[in-house]
Order: sequence, then structure tokens, then C-alpha cells
Amino acid sequence: MDSNPKNNIISEVTNKDYEYGFVTDIETDFVPKGLNEDIIRLISKKKEEPEWLLEFRLKAFRHWQTLKQPNWAHLDLPEIDYQDIIYYAAPRKRQQKQSLDEVDPELLATFDKLGISLDEQKKLSGVAVDAVMDSTSVKTTFQETLSKHGVIFMSFSEAVKQHPDLVRKYLGKVVPYTDNFFAALNSSVFSDGSFCYIPKGVRCPLELSTYFRINAANTGQFERTLIVADEGAYVSYMEGCTAPQRDENQLHAAIVEIIAETDAEVKYSTVQNWYPGDKEGKGGVYNLVTKRGLCRGDRSKISWTQVETGSAITWKYPGCVLMGDHSVGEFYSVAVTNNYQQADTGTKMIHLGKNTRSTIISKGISAGHSQNGYRGLVRVAAKAENARNYSQCDSLLLGDKCGAHTWPYVECGNESSILEHEATTSKISEDQLFYCQQRGIPTEKAIGLIVNGYAKDVLNKLPMEFAVEAQKLLSITLEGSVG
Amino acid sequence: MLLNIKNLHVSIGGKEILKGLNLGVNEGEVHAIMGPNGTGKSTLAAAITGREGYEITEGEIWYKGKNIVGMSPEDRANEGIFLSFQYPVEIPGVSIQNFMRTAVNSKREYQGLPPMSTMEFMKMMKEKQAMVEITEKLQNRFVNVGYSGGEKKKNEIFQMAMLEPSLAILDETDSGLDIDALRIVAHGVNQLHSAENAFVVITHYQRLLDYIVPDFVHVMYDGRIVKTGGKTLALELEEKGYEWIKEL
Repeated sequence: MDSNPKNNIISEVTNKDYEYGFVTDIETDFVPKGLNEDIIRLISKKKEEPEWLLEFRLKAFRHWQTLKQPNWAHLDLPEIDYQDIIYYAAPRKRQQKQSLDEVDPELLATFDKLGISLDEQKKLSGVAVDAVMDSTSVKTTFQETLSKHGVIFMSFSEAVKQHPDLVRKYLGKVVPYTDNFFAALNSSVFSDGSFCYIPKGVRCPLELSTYFRINAANTGQFERTLIVADEGAYVSYMEGCTAPQRDENQLHAAIVEIIAETDAEVKYSTVQNWYPGDKEGKGGVYNLVTKRGLCRGDRSKISWTQVETGSAITWKYPGCVLMGDHSVGEFYSVAVTNNYQQADTGTKMIHLGKNTRSTIISKGISAGHSQNGYRGLVRVAAKAENARNYSQCDSLLLGDKCGAHTWPYVECGNESSILEHEATTSKISEDQLFYCQQRGIPTEKAIGLIVNGYAKDVLNKLPMEFAVEAQKLLSITLEGSVG
Repeated sequence: MLLNIKNLHVSIGGKEILKGLNLGVNEGEVHAIMGPNGTGKSTLAAAITGREGYEITEGEIWYKGKNIVGMSPEDRANEGIFLSFQYPVEIPGVSIQNFMRTAVNSKREYQGLPPMSTMEFMKMMKEKQAMVEITEKLQNRFVNVGYSGGEKKKNEIFQMAMLEPSLAILDETDSGLDIDALRIVAHGVNQLHSAENAFVVITHYQRLLDYIVPDFVHVMYDGRIVKTGGKTLALELEEKGYEWIKEL
């Protein structure tokens, strides 16, 4: 049976709190607190950016100043003092970091502790990792192997230097800085993230992965990821994240843009485990993220799989713009909220091309005093002949003090399209719990088992490395949620 | 004595269902509990296994020398009490294999043993599946999802075989079974039966007792055992129905 390690993980999980709440003591380079054009110039200068990128940032900033923080989501998001945040923090560099020996051992130890080995020799699985701490990338592994295949995988800052034309060609094309308040903010101050380019006809030989870590206090994280799969290319990309346990809230406003050209396919998987705050709802990360993929070419495909267990507040709608004919968009999500966490998450599927298809499977799990909402938009444009969408939104409630909500929006402009929507709300039944207990399985383990079963359709979409992690997380997140 | 129930009173939501029940079961014995609907047979099973909502207002349940009233359901299970459910519940997305693996290892953890190795577990699954003639692969079947009545009951007996209980309670295991499934289920039970364990078979009809032969037959009525006898009592009940016991 254990060809599939997904199955036993639950039994290994015992009483654990947030595991990643530690702080690394490392010398950090900060810019002064606050946000204005000088700060943006300073960030850009520190990153040794070309003029066009500084211009992009400044335009975004000027636009941002005209906007107000949105409040349409079902979230109790406090007014954030944007002048009270540090927008750039970087572990102080010791020269260039071409080889592992030159990376600060303290940083290596940090990522080791997080279970992310940056030592290629020690790595068994075929995953290339870009490790980002606060505002900069620490190390990207396996670059040599990848470059043999023409795959570009490096930190965003590095890509700006080495492949400025590619970055310039695609930056902001899927999520323009005018998209929304947080996208404008990110576009002004974004620090690091990953850049991937898979050339024509190449199937990326490794899973690509970026691991984001917030370390410094009073600092926002504004990463930016751009993935481009050229004609006929394929890549599977995974993103993970953690943050120290702090009493004050921290802001994370990221942008992810994906472009799939003709016949290309991108699989994007996230296990989001930012610090969720304590049991009374104190502290935690505000996770306000814009993620979008553009299926630009015919028969292209983008699929989002997310397991959301962390963050005090999550505001996130990874979507697909299905521009190419016969293009496919997928969204598979498990969002778990416990204690006082709040999540308003879902997707947007915009059908523009003919015969485009999209699938949405969302599983919300609410426990404690948390609020968990699915918000999704399916839009079929007038020219999108024979578009198809299937949406399934399930909510599972544990206890009677939490909330589950579903807001599906459908805008259909073409009569030949077929849109299906199914939704259920359920509770873990006493019968199920007793059945497990009668077989000797203690309550908490039983809940882990039942919840993982409930989320199975989504967990099965994750790459193996992530699935195991995700299953553990689901169980841990829900510990202490009943009784 | 393996199980000794003394003057058991059980209420559900303030309504008394068991009203002073006594029952003693020794290792190696098979006891049948019969009686009309609504006399408290399933309540007895729930009380022994520790189900929430079944309030024990008076009396004791002694099992292996311990009064288990107040013990959690999972601890009772891990002490060797097994219930074959009348209506096994569905758990979508959880394979029977994973479920059983979790159960077996929970028991081992309770006993202070390390988890069972994969090889050993697979071997055990195969053996026990054969016992109840389950031929399909269980890693792909979710617990009770899409099962027929017969399959569900076979699966209960399979789980029983996996967990090797000291005391097995079969709650209306024969309901919803065709004759072939009934034979398979009974055959499984008989193979598992030994001098070290005991079975309490709750049934409405004597049909099952043709296959699982009881040492004692108890008749329940209105929350008590009103008559105890040998195998022939079951036949008598079959013939005369339950009306006459109301007069007892």
C-alpha cells in the first residue's frame, strides 16, 4: 500500500502547533520604514535595476495612490497603515552566491530547519528550489541541469539582469498594475520572487519550486513570480511559504503571472502555510495575493492547485484567462480555517476562446471561530462558442461557531456554453466519528482521516512531495478544533 | 468472566431505555440477544462500546476485570471490544486500506508497540480478506461508499478479523443479507471464534443462529433480559413469536 505515502501520514501527526514560528538571527539590510517615491527609487537602486523597471514601479505607485483598500470581501480586514511597514529587507550579502559554500551558513540552516535542503548533493527528489528570504533570493538549485535544457529558473532580480528582454516582454501582461489595490502596491515595491521560462517544446525535467520565508519583523513581503511556458512546453511549479510567529500582523501581497503559449501546460501548486496567528486570533499574516494565468495559445492549459491552511486573512483568487481556442483552466482548492482565521478565496475563469473548458473544485473546511468563503467567477464572453465549466464547491463545518460561505458569480454571454455548478455543505457526523473511534482511532486522528478523505480529490492533484506535506498540515491545522 | 454487566440503566435524552440489565459472558462463549424492536438491543451495544449520548445512570460494565463505564470509545476498542454496526457509515475519500491501517496502528500504539510494517500489514489484509471472500483491491474502495448491504456487512467482519477482538458484538449483522452473504459472514465469525474470545450476536431472527450456533440465547424486553436459555429458545421464539414473552 505504501507506494502511496499519502495514506499513512495522518497517523504520524500528533500534537503540534505551528512548527515554523522561529526567527533566524541574521544581519539584515533594511530600507527605512514607509512608502514614497524615494523609497521605491532606493529599492530599485539596491537591486541595480534598469530605468524601465523603475519607471514601471513609479507608474504603479502613482496609480496606487489613487486607490483605496478594497472592502468587498467577507473579511474583517483592518485599515493597514502602509507607512508603518518596511518594504525591503534582505539578509546581508557576503559577496556573490554562486556556489553553496558562499551562502551564509545561518541561512542554509534556516532552510534546513524548514525541510528545504539547498544542497544539491543531498537532494534525492528531482526538485529545483529557489529559496527566498524576506526580499531576496538566497539560492536557486540545479541551475546547471536546467540550463542544459534551456530552462531559465532564477530569482526575479537575477532575471531582470540576465534576461531583461524576456522579463520586460511579459511583466504585468497578465496582472497589470491597474488590476487592483494590492497588485498596484506589489508592482511598486515588489522585491524578489522567481522567474521561469520554459522554451519551445521542452518538458521541464525537474519540478520547479520556490520557497518563501518571511523572517524580519515589521516587514512586508511582496514577491513577484512570472512563469512563461513557450509553445508545447510543460512545467510543474510548486510554491511553499512560512513565517515566524509574531504578535503583530505582517503583510504579504504577492503577484503571480503565468503565460501558456500554444499547446503549453503549466501546473502551479501552492501549499500556503504563513503564520495564522494564535488561538485568540492575535498576529498572523495578511495574505493578499493576485494570481492569474493566461492561456494565450490554442490548446494551452493552466491548472492551479492550492492548499490554504495558514494566514490570519487570505484574499486570493487564482484565475485563468482562456484566450486560446480549446484552452483549459483548472482550479483545485482546499482552504482550511481554524481559530479566528478568515479566508475569502476562489477563482476566476474567463472564457474568451472557442471550445474552452474550465473545472473548479473547491473544498472549504471551517473550524473554531473562523470564516471561510468561496468566491468564484465564471465568465463566458460572447465569442466563446461551446465553452464549458464545471464547478463544485463543498463546505465542511467542524463545530457551530464557524462560518462557511459560497458566492458563485456566473456571467454567460454565449448560448452554446454549458455551465454546471454543484455545492454542498456538510458536517462531520457523529456517526462517522464514532465509527472511527469504535475501531480504536482517537478523535483527532479520526478528524484528520475524515477531512483528508473529504479533500482527496484536490490532494490527489498535488505533486507527491507536496501531497504528504499538505496532508500533515490539514491534520495539524485542525487539531483542537473539536471537543 | 470476560464481560459482566450488572444492573445496567441507560437513558437517551432523559428517557430510560435499559432498566436494570444483567449479562455475563465468558471467554469462548457465543451469546445471542433476541427480542422485538425497540427493546434496547442496540442501546446495549452502544453502552458497551461507549457511544456518546447514552447516559449510564446506574450499574456497572465489567470487562477484563475493569469497570469500563467512563472509558473513551477508542480505549474500549483498543482493549478488544469490537462492534459490527447495523448501519455502517460511509466515509468518502478514505480507503478501507488506509482506514484499517490507521486502526491497526492506533491499537498498536495503545499497546506500546511500533506501527506494523507494510509487508506484514499487506499480508494480514490478504489473509483476512480471503476469510470473508473479499477479492477486490481495498486501496481503491472508500469505507462503505457505494456498498450493497451484503458488502457492508462482509466488510464489518473483515475489519473484525483485522482487529482480532476479545469481545465482538454483532448488531443485526444478518439484516439485509442474502443467504450467500449470510453464509460467508457466519463462516468468517466461526473461523475467528476461539476459546479466548466471545461473541454477542444481536438478532431479530433465528436464521443467523443456524450458522452461528449460540451457547446462550437471551430474550430482551422493555430494557431487561427476561428469559435466558439454550439454542432451542431461539427456535421456540421463531415458532411462537415475541408476544408471549411480554407476559413474562
